[in-house]
Amino acid sequence: MNTDWLLQHSPALIIALPLLAAFLMPVVDRISRKARNVFAIIVLIVEEILVLFLAYDVFGGNPHIYTMGAANPLTTVPAQAAVPIRIVLEVDAMGIFMAMISATVCLAAGIYSLAFIEEEKGKGKYYTLLLLILVGMLGMELTGDMFNLFVFLEVLTIACTALIAYRSNTGDAVEGAFKFLIISSIAALFVLFAIALLYAQYDLLNMAALASAIQYSNLDKIALVLLVAAFAMKCGSVPMHFWTPDAYSVAPASITAILVAASQASLYALFRVCFSLYGVTLNLSTIGGALIIFGLLSMFVGVTMALPQKDIKRLMAYHAISQTGYMLLGVGVGLYLLAKPEFSTYGIKAMEGGIFHIINHAMYKGLLFLTSGAIFYRLKTRNLNEMGGLGHSMKWTAIFFIIGALAIAGIPPFNGFASKLLIYEAAYKVSPILSIIAMLVSILTLASFVKVFHSAFMGPKIYDVEEVPKSMLAGMAVLTFVIILFGLFPGWVVGNIVHPAAQALADQAAYIQAVIGG
Amino acid sequence: MTPVVRTIAALIFPFIIIFSFYVIMHGHLTPGGGFQGGAIGASAIVMLIVAYGARNVKKKAKEESLSIFESIGGLVFVIVGIIGFVAASSFLYNFLVGEPLFGTIPPFGSNPGILNSGGILPILNIAVGMKVIGGLASVVLVMALAGGDEE
Repeated sequence: MNTDWLLQHSPALIIALPLLAAFLMPVVDRISRKARNVFAIIVLIVEEILVLFLAYDVFGGNPHIYTMGAANPLTTVPAQAAVPIRIVLEVDAMGIFMAMISATVCLAAGIYSLAFIEEEKGKGKYYTLLLLILVGMLGMELTGDMFNLFVFLEVLTIACTALIAYRSNTGDAVEGAFKFLIISSIAALFVLFAIALLYAQYDLLNMAALASAIQYSNLDKIALVLLVAAFAMKCGSVPMHFWTPDAYSVAPASITAILVAASQASLYALFRVCFSLYGVTLNLSTIGGALIIFGLLSMFVGVTMALPQKDIKRLMAYHAISQTGYMLLGVGVGLYLLAKPEFSTYGIKAMEGGIFHIINHAMYKGLLFLTSGAIFYRLKTRNLNEMGGLGHSMKWTAIFFIIGALAIAGIPPFNGFASKLLIYEAAYKVSPILSIIAMLVSILTLASFVKVFHSAFMGPKIYDVEEVPKSMLAGMAVLTFVIILFGLFPGWVVGNIVHPAAQALADQAAYIQAVIGG
Repeated sequence: MTPVVRTIAALIFPFIIIFSFYVIMHGHLTPGGGFQGGAIGASAIVMLIVAYGARNVKKKAKEESLSIFESIGGLVFVIVGIIGFVAASSFLYNFLVGEPLFGTIPPFGSNPGILNSGGILPILNIAVGMKVIGGLASVVLVMALAGGDEE
């Protein structure tokens, strides 16, 4: 099997492999418990390797195109037609950047789950659904087709709902899952309606072909509003955030970490629609301003709601909303400044900050949720008032928590600092107020995590518990490794991974060219 | 349910299943396809659940075996897709065109519909049909069992 062949087919393989594994899982599950665990981990590791393999090539400057079912996967437009009619996967630097996040978080959560859900029932179904979530996220991130995006959004929603309600013996879990299902279904209907509006006008579903044909008519504006509202709903931005605390806090911790990455897949879809689909026809300052307002609201409301929480996972869920605000602010400022030629370098800087923050947030928030799961695993409670003194016995968990907490608060040398600094600098060009609010939110974040650390890990030894099992520590270590790596070499990461991703997002012409240009 | 309902349900059952197979098999020629035919097939099982009670149906079809059935449907779909790029050129490539099985290329113009055509499409329709029959039937079965019906 030569590498060129593998590289050419890897976009389809990345989506097909976890799908195949998910359907094989019920069969493997019947063999033995061990076979199932080994199978799940091997699939997740192979997936990670495939994504990194493709990423290496894409960041080298070759966006990948893959046409499903064509005699040659590179010919997007069939000989008998003038426009792309088959499903086209378009993997540019931004898409593969998101795929790296999804694959890494799922790998860490998969390893963590080995011990974490050992005492639960239905573990075969758990891994089936986990792999289906991965399929949904990767599909959304790699596809270049609007309807395909909708299908993968639905796959993601159904699998997430089932796993949020995994501990269905508690009423909370079912309530959280139900809220998530309702919000997601409404969002999915919005998306479907918007796709119908676009399809009715242009007879096109391919994003690149649509982007080149779009006229910015009133119907297109309505479609844009529906798409932005739907994806903002799914990514948990204020004022559509109310499902996040419920769903994040009741899901098993490993699934919560994946849910963070799943919300970011929706965030990616939001950016993709704004930049690649509407792009040049868009009134950039208006939509940029809207994203800035969404971002500021999310940041501020998220963090102020987090401060009084007593449930550790609910607190972290509100912080997730607040961090989503940073990404929206970064990319919103980027859109706003790109419209003004004299500031366009700052625009790219702001987008780099926002995009870098996506990967940083997935890593440290995933890690924090996993540590909260470790505490829950030992104490069987999420209430901060019932914890205390865990630093004596759970040393590794405490260390991982400190790293995660310092990273989220933006303390150097961890990765959160690097991306937040980029956002502060660029936001200052729009208005100093934005930077001041962003810094204030950062300080409140630190305050809130100092509180959590103090009440969970400090103080006299109350509980006689042991450290969590090795596989859970290994899952957390994977994410910690990435956090420290990104914190130590932010310049390399921004230059080689984040900058190409921001460029790919900003450069609509190249996105269209890759599919329909000769 | 009364013996009248049970007898009628037992009599109609094979015909509904045959109709379901018809819709699935003609998916590439007529309206319908894997999902629609699968939903018809699942509704036959739902009819049995209503007539005979979930517990009696469970003796014949456990939800475990239904979910295996469903998984096989999914597996067939993905494997056909993967054969597309292992044996030919791209994922889901229609590699059966020209082969004896489903490979006939229909003549241009109107024709009554040639069943032995469509390449991999009929196979994908069968896979989707299996998945929908297994999935929908096991969902309804589990819900009926959890609902605790008496019969």
